[in-house]
Amino acid sequence: MSAREYRTVSSAQGSLLVVRQAPAVAFGDQVLIRDHRNQLRHGQVIRCSEAEALIQVFEGTGDLDLENTWVRFLDQPLEINLAPEILGRIFNGLGKPKDNRPPILSNVRRNVNGSAINPAARTYPREFIQTGISSIDGLNSLVRGQKLPIFSASGLPHNRLAAQIVRQARLVDEESSFSVVFAAMGVSYADARFFQEEFADSGVLGNVVMYINLADDPPVERLALPRVALTAAEYLAFDLDRHVLVVLTDMTNYAEALREVATAKGDVPSRKGYPGYLYSDLAELYERSGRIKDRHGSVTLVPVVTMPSDDITHPIPDLTGYITEGQIVLSRELHNQGVYPPVFISPSLSRLMKDGIGKGDTREDHPRVANQLYALYAKALETRNLAAIIGAEELSERDRRYLRFAEAFDSQFIGQGEDEDRSIIETLNLAWELLSMFPKDMLTRVSETDLARYHRSDK
Amino acid sequence: MSEKQGIIREINGPILTIRLPGIRNGEQVKIGELGLFGEVIALKGETALVQSYESTEGVRPGEPVIGLGRPLSVELGPGLLGSIFDGVQRPLDKVLLASGDHIGRGIHLPALDRERLWHFVPEPASEIGSTLSPGQLIGRVQESAIIQHRILVPPDLSGELLELAPEGDYRLDDPIGQLKLSDGRSRKLKLYHNWPVRTPRPYRRRDHGLSPLITGQRILDTFFPLLKGGKSAVPGPFGAGKTVVQQQIARWSNADIVIYVGCGERGNELVDVLETFPQLQDPYSGHRLMERTLLVANTSNMPVVAREASIYVGITMAEYYRDQGYDVVLLADSTSRWAEALREVSGRLGQMPVEDGYPAYLASRLAAFYERAGRVEAQNGATGSVTLIGAVSPPGGDFSEPVTAHTKEIIQTFWALSKELADARHYPAIDWVGSFSEHVATAAQWWHREISPDWQRRRGQALGLLARDAELARIVNLVGPEALSSAQRWELEGAALIKEGVLQQSALDPVDTFASPEKQFLLLEMMLTIYDRGAELIELGISVQELTDLPLMARARRAKQTYSSEQCDQIRTLMEEFRQAFAKIRLEYAKFKEHTQ
Repeated sequence: MSAREYRTVSSAQGSLLVVRQAPAVAFGDQVLIRDHRNQLRHGQVIRCSEAEALIQVFEGTGDLDLENTWVRFLDQPLEINLAPEILGRIFNGLGKPKDNRPPILSNVRRNVNGSAINPAARTYPREFIQTGISSIDGLNSLVRGQKLPIFSASGLPHNRLAAQIVRQARLVDEESSFSVVFAAMGVSYADARFFQEEFADSGVLGNVVMYINLADDPPVERLALPRVALTAAEYLAFDLDRHVLVVLTDMTNYAEALREVATAKGDVPSRKGYPGYLYSDLAELYERSGRIKDRHGSVTLVPVVTMPSDDITHPIPDLTGYITEGQIVLSRELHNQGVYPPVFISPSLSRLMKDGIGKGDTREDHPRVANQLYALYAKALETRNLAAIIGAEELSERDRRYLRFAEAFDSQFIGQGEDEDRSIIETLNLAWELLSMFPKDMLTRVSETDLARYHRSDK
Repeated sequence: MSEKQGIIREINGPILTIRLPGIRNGEQVKIGELGLFGEVIALKGETALVQSYESTEGVRPGEPVIGLGRPLSVELGPGLLGSIFDGVQRPLDKVLLASGDHIGRGIHLPALDRERLWHFVPEPASEIGSTLSPGQLIGRVQESAIIQHRILVPPDLSGELLELAPEGDYRLDDPIGQLKLSDGRSRKLKLYHNWPVRTPRPYRRRDHGLSPLITGQRILDTFFPLLKGGKSAVPGPFGAGKTVVQQQIARWSNADIVIYVGCGERGNELVDVLETFPQLQDPYSGHRLMERTLLVANTSNMPVVAREASIYVGITMAEYYRDQGYDVVLLADSTSRWAEALREVSGRLGQMPVEDGYPAYLASRLAAFYERAGRVEAQNGATGSVTLIGAVSPPGGDFSEPVTAHTKEIIQTFWALSKELADARHYPAIDWVGSFSEHVATAAQWWHREISPDWQRRRGQALGLLARDAELARIVNLVGPEALSSAQRWELEGAALIKEGVLQQSALDPVDTFASPEKQFLLLEMMLTIYDRGAELIELGISVQELTDLPLMARARRAKQTYSSEQCDQIRTLMEEFRQAFAKIRLEYAKFKEHTQ
């Protein structure tokens, strides 16, 4: 059937094409479209009946005419070839080479849509990943197999932070580094270039596979890109036993492409015009991370979400937060104060932290130290607000101590150099330096033993 | 049960149009060559609309579709406990063996193990020749170390008992008895039966809830109690701790059986339950928690239509154990994802959306689902209950959105989670201002009888103190703490004691994670005693500072994690130390006054 071409296109609009009198094509099948200049485009069947098929064209339907367009049904879903040689390569959103090198030849072909991991096959992620960044390691620890997004906004250094995580992430007692799958959707040329140079400079390029769709590439391709990238990640993790770190940037561009296609299809919009299935769609991507029983590899996911107008309740960050296992939130205020990385810890969270830290993983006082820092910082922020109203002079000595703490916490604990790689022990010692600004009986969230061992008052 | 065959005409994501004259609305179908599971949701002339529980990728128009002659049903019998099922009751451990790490399509496996032998003990009262009524007890099987499974006549059958198997080991498919129905036909009885999930199981009579569900969580039990057979909702934005609250209830509540429906939620969270529950001990029976737990898992990346079904699958199994006379807790995490599944299907059907794209029948579906909770007298006279606790995930944490708003009208206990509290790491982040319980008066009878006649008064006093705290905090934010009188500052201290010493409870701390009712009350009593006695001293002129500087204060705040529920006496001793310390201060102050005069 794949040799036959159909010239029965009855409508072309946005990214959608309707083909009449099509054969019995399968839902989700791939399609090749040849236009009047003999150029090929790629598409996918998104609705089909006995009478017609609705096709989503990844490159869009611009410049097509109804007369001179030929459609070929490939009789297979969107699949990609996979081999160890993908590492070091650059592809587009459909898995085609973008680096002027030959396509991947392999007999391993995978459907990019994947299928849900059986919860009974999963194993709970609990191995601490040291990123060398105190605000993450100390307070919002990442573990292998977790999905932990960075919530950012335009103008904030999320790319630098993501690159730093990629550079420094490792297990405490293992030398093996991560393989990296880098998936960029609708990013600017400058951003893509930045990552490429970062990977080249730190010498990890040979361990990175990049899937890139630039801001001026077809938006519909962004819908396929993360699926292609995650299929590659699953292959590296579960076929080749590697630990894979996947960076997806920027999920906001992905969701916007989804909205564009949904609107064209006439789907009922829910919040802000996004389709009602945005949650399920995002979940299909994010849930592909994890660990599987009896498999050595793992897929750890760090998506970047830029919050439109800095709004964390916008549907994209909101739904992301409901699916992912926490979030790292960047703050414009901290950024303007010159703090790098500007991680605002109050709304940040790592849900899987509890099982990856403490005795045997990091250090026994870690969970309580994190808890105590959070509590003090919350109180300190309250005090800071109060000081803004009544003036710092009006505050009691006790309250002024909180202000000093907040200052030191922002500049010394949160703030660090872009190439500063702190071990978890360094991070925890730094935490105790700050906690020791308070007398012992104000630290009720750490234990007596912790105080005796780490509080600086007696030393 | 005749099988009817038709063909597929159109595929639009999970919704298909088929041509199959004579099929019934709600009937299950097998779709295409892959044999996917689906359900008829609308009829139009000779065509029908079908929703598929599995991805329809690769399905073509023209492929066959087979009507199975029955609605979506679950198997009810021994072997449910300790299992993990997907949204349409496929056993995920068996699916794992059949299709590997990822869930394959078109896999049809029976929910219950057909090979396993169960030791059946017939009920002596069920004599041959006697007439059995629907739901009547015919025998027992020890399902797990703690749960005795009661084998019941299916709720829609009755008749003369012709045969009943003697005590012995039987497989699920072995007949254990025979009934002669009123129309003269005979029906074999087995250890299990099927029941359609969208039909509530019948019962004799509905009762009021009487005793509180004890969860070991202070803010729930002491401040916003839920009764066995009640319905409650836990709404909260992401990161506020809905899942931890639900898991804590699953771990520590004094129910007989806990059914946890992960509906559109994270795979790793279910794994957490799967890995930890078999190791955790039930605080009441001492056995492994998994022996009373049953999981239904439809993770967020599984097909959305099965998500819609998963909640009904869960509640039907809950009703089944209720009919055996057990107190069942059903945790549904999250009902918002279920509502979104409704929305997605209705959108694909082109139904007119009302609020936020949700269909007009959202409110009535929600109400009908929650209505399946309750304490009932079963057909066989046993008393059992289904307590329903639904998590709600409002977009942007906005409680005025349709799912939260409609849920709030239905439920009796509302545990509102707050982003602000969670940000300050005040866990459980249940906001005492936005939460409510309609069960306080009923729960009070139990607390007064079992723990202390002071319970309701002390609870009221604590809530009053917290309300004063919010008022004073507003003043402080406007004009600073110096504007407050000593008595007012002591009120702030008192509220802080309640918050830190009673309300905050760490799920991770091995001691603090569970508090018996006695411990809950003693902690509350201690904090309020400190406040009351302190207030007297402050009235005499003693400074707030002098009291807050007492080293005892830090011990009071730590008491929750220092003393376990078995060490309540030590909390009493600590309370006594406070009384003495305060009396000493009073004495010294009196001497000092005398001296200076």
